[in-house]
Amino acid sequence: MSYLFATASEEQAMLSRIGVDSIDQLLQQIPKPLQLDKLLDLPPALSEMELEQHLRQLASQSSGATSRMCFQGGGAYDHYIPSVVDEITGRGEYYTAYTPYQAEASQGTLQAFFEYQTMICQLTGMQVSNASLYEGGGSVSEATLMAMRTTGRTGRVVIAGALHPEYTQVLRTYVGHTSTEVIHIPVGSDGTVDLTKLAGAIDENTAAVIVQNPNFLGNIEDLAAIADLTHAKESLMVVSTDPISLGLLARPGDLGADIVVAEGQSLGIPLQFGGPYLGILACRNDFIRRMPGRLIGETIDRTGGRCFVLSLQAREQHIRRDKATSNICTNQGLMALRATMFMAQMGPQGFKETAELCLQKAHYAATQIAAIPGYTILFSETPKFKEFVIQAPQSAQTLIEKVAKAGVDIGPALSQFAPIPGMPDTENLLLVAVTEQRTKAQIDHLVNLLK
Amino acid sequence: MRNTLATQLIFDLSSPGRRAARLPQCDVPTRAIEELIPAKFLAEKPLPLPEVAEPDIVRHYVNLSTLNMSVDTHFYPLGSCTMKYNPKRHERLSKLGGIVDVHPYQHADRMQGLLAILYEMQNMLGEIAGLPAVSLQPAAGAQGELTALMVAAAYFRDRGENRRKVLFPASAHGTNPASAAIAGFDCVQLPATANGLMDVEELRKHADSSTACLMVTNPNTLGLFEKQIAEVAKIIHDVGGLVYIDGANMNAIMGITRPGDFGGDMMHYNVHKTFTGPHGAGGPGSGPIAVRDFLKPYLPAPIIEKTTAENGQTVYQLVTPEKTIGKVRTFFGNVGILIRGYCYLRTLGPEGVRKAAEHAILNANYLKAILKDILPAAHGEYCLHEFVASASKLSKEKHISAMDIAKRLLDFGFHAPTVYFPLVVPEALMMEPTETESKATLDAFAETIRKITEESAEFLHDAPHSLPVSRPNDVQAARQPVLSWSPKVGV
Ligand SMILES: Cc1ncc(COP(=O)(O)O)c(C=O)c1O
Repeated sequence: MSYLFATASEEQAMLSRIGVDSIDQLLQQIPKPLQLDKLLDLPPALSEMELEQHLRQLASQSSGATSRMCFQGGGAYDHYIPSVVDEITGRGEYYTAYTPYQAEASQGTLQAFFEYQTMICQLTGMQVSNASLYEGGGSVSEATLMAMRTTGRTGRVVIAGALHPEYTQVLRTYVGHTSTEVIHIPVGSDGTVDLTKLAGAIDENTAAVIVQNPNFLGNIEDLAAIADLTHAKESLMVVSTDPISLGLLARPGDLGADIVVAEGQSLGIPLQFGGPYLGILACRNDFIRRMPGRLIGETIDRTGGRCFVLSLQAREQHIRRDKATSNICTNQGLMALRATMFMAQMGPQGFKETAELCLQKAHYAATQIAAIPGYTILFSETPKFKEFVIQAPQSAQTLIEKVAKAGVDIGPALSQFAPIPGMPDTENLLLVAVTEQRTKAQIDHLVNLLK
Repeated sequence: MRNTLATQLIFDLSSPGRRAARLPQCDVPTRAIEELIPAKFLAEKPLPLPEVAEPDIVRHYVNLSTLNMSVDTHFYPLGSCTMKYNPKRHERLSKLGGIVDVHPYQHADRMQGLLAILYEMQNMLGEIAGLPAVSLQPAAGAQGELTALMVAAAYFRDRGENRRKVLFPASAHGTNPASAAIAGFDCVQLPATANGLMDVEELRKHADSSTACLMVTNPNTLGLFEKQIAEVAKIIHDVGGLVYIDGANMNAIMGITRPGDFGGDMMHYNVHKTFTGPHGAGGPGSGPIAVRDFLKPYLPAPIIEKTTAENGQTVYQLVTPEKTIGKVRTFFGNVGILIRGYCYLRTLGPEGVRKAAEHAILNANYLKAILKDILPAAHGEYCLHEFVASASKLSKEKHISAMDIAKRLLDFGFHAPTVYFPLVVPEALMMEPTETESKATLDAFAETIRKITEESAEFLHDAPHSLPVSRPNDVQAARQPVLSWSPKVGV
């Protein structure tokens, strides 16, 4: 079933209008020796009903957050998704359209993304946001390349402490082949970046200092202090933030960030094993022309009415080709739309209450776990938001497996990543995240399982 | 019918104290926030987000949606983008629990069903490509290009070869050179030829021991099959380089010929195009790559492998290739889109895949034929899944541009073709009808274009005439960028 229209007689009519006898004749453009002489080795076609049965059967062999208790963290979280998000983004007018090249036929998309850009600015405290990148780690890399273009410095970039190890890995993939030196400053004994070492590493050739807040270990960094160190050498501070935390925490833009990036998954995007998610990138006005990705701008039309367009396209690959600010073309539009619905639904009060629930529940869980003999919460004196590191009396993997049998998911174990500088390299450490969705009963259940 | 009240900016609908979301009471013992987080880290003010009610949001964004053209509502022959029908079953099935709600760090043992789907997807994409090793990681076509080029770079580094050059024809998509530049290569663009195909002699001149890779779209962006592709590939292979196939146009050839069989060493797919993504108002996409076996060790991590446990059970595992380039993005890939692609391929089966390509070719050639006298295609007697018409004659004789036609089509309820791409055709209108359109639609579209070309240039310069917006001022947008709303001060 290929969703075709042409009946046999229509096909004939079309072929004769083209002036050929058969579709095969049209295929003669492809040299015969290069053509397949057999069907592809693919599984046979399924009807809709069979396909659904097949998918349901496979889905039943996978454990999703909705049927379990998800305390998993590490950059993707089981936050609540309001029904408005699915309803609106499920409209074909949005999800079956493409990049709004024809502004007149895409004002819905364009205005929604203009609103997205605005809300991202409101959320991060920055002046301008693009219309989305792929995901969190890619955004860190794009921000770093952007900082290099903006400062004209390519000598060095500095990672300040506990950046998500996958973000670090992506960044190293992006700049690994260049002469740029990537310096990774260790975390100190409190689980935040060692500020003395950081100060020593930022030099006149440093394009960017990259810091995650709350960091990968769940600890809150002193962004204002890092901004001072960064700006003293006229480098740019790139902050990777958790959007939900901004219901409570000061916005990176108010603490001196030059570029703010984030994984936008928590803004109404399902976990779906890692993607599609949403790469957020926002910055100060001065950098607009160095930004990667699509930008939606307001303008007027022929009759003077307000409208929206894809703007500043001279930065982009279809015009600037090898000199473009990024190679991105297809972005994460529908995910940006999801985030827009989410932010509108939450509003200032919803954000604050969600963040407070995360904060209180995570601290309740941490306190309960710390009271179990053999367990320690690392960096317990350092302020945290919704996630923390547990030191378990046994290997983290074993523990994860043990609680998984009872329908509870925790982790990831830190040992599954490249070590974070300054962190002990042991098997016993793992992350636990507590979102607003977890109930006291679920937390108590987890605590009992750990005992 | 238009509700302009609801389509004001959402910020104009905001009213202090209004809200949509209600959250549950906190059910754990609470502590004072300042006790948990020092005041210096806390926000001083609430976020300045809009304050609206849920019905506001629904009415606002539903009304906005009606200002869009989409595949669900209109013929959308946007060339190079494969705007085919997006089956509804995919939307239901990709949202099943056990698929949509699996955490990226879930243990492989607890998602064998999902891994089985993704493993099969790897296999099917390898088979369609004729290139057996597949990475599902890249988020879109452009990231697929970058990933493959990084794989190529790692391969050459491993062999101790310093190859700096990436070649591509002038008709290449902008992402090709942009990706090559990010991967650290020098870009060499080969000039266009009169027949729209690659110039083999020109290629010979540039192919040498510093050539890492030739990037070629096949069928190319003119909708033509590069007939000499086997020879082209041999030239590159003879100097020790690799051939990259930009697979954006796979809808023309799937099941008919394979990149691996015509000389390609690496390719990307655009799952959002060929395998019905959908396009999501700009994304998300998914851009898996398929490569030859000797490049497999360099693929980004992880890939999925199938093994048999001691008890005879099939086990799917996430595996890190031994010389991996690392990761090009966070987490596994754009799984939600891959699932839709999987559903599509399982619905079509081997016959259906070929049939879809054949009918994409049939529809494109039919449209090309019925437009021949009005808007002739610049190249080729026949095309594959798309063709590039040129309004250059109309422009010279009647001052009607490709843009005028594109804009006026909107008035008649047709989305415009891709305009002014590829760059090698003046006044280009790139049309890709796809296989999921009827003869009646194509006839109506061609008839509309005929009518348009009979209208006055002056009238057309102001088109569209019936849409809420007409001819936005792009120059102003670029000169004085307004990229976000800000509250009016002093009122
Ligand atoms: C020929 C060609 N190559 C590459 C791309 C880039 O793919 P994507 O937009 O998925 O990144 C596109 C599409 O946009 C294309 O048409």
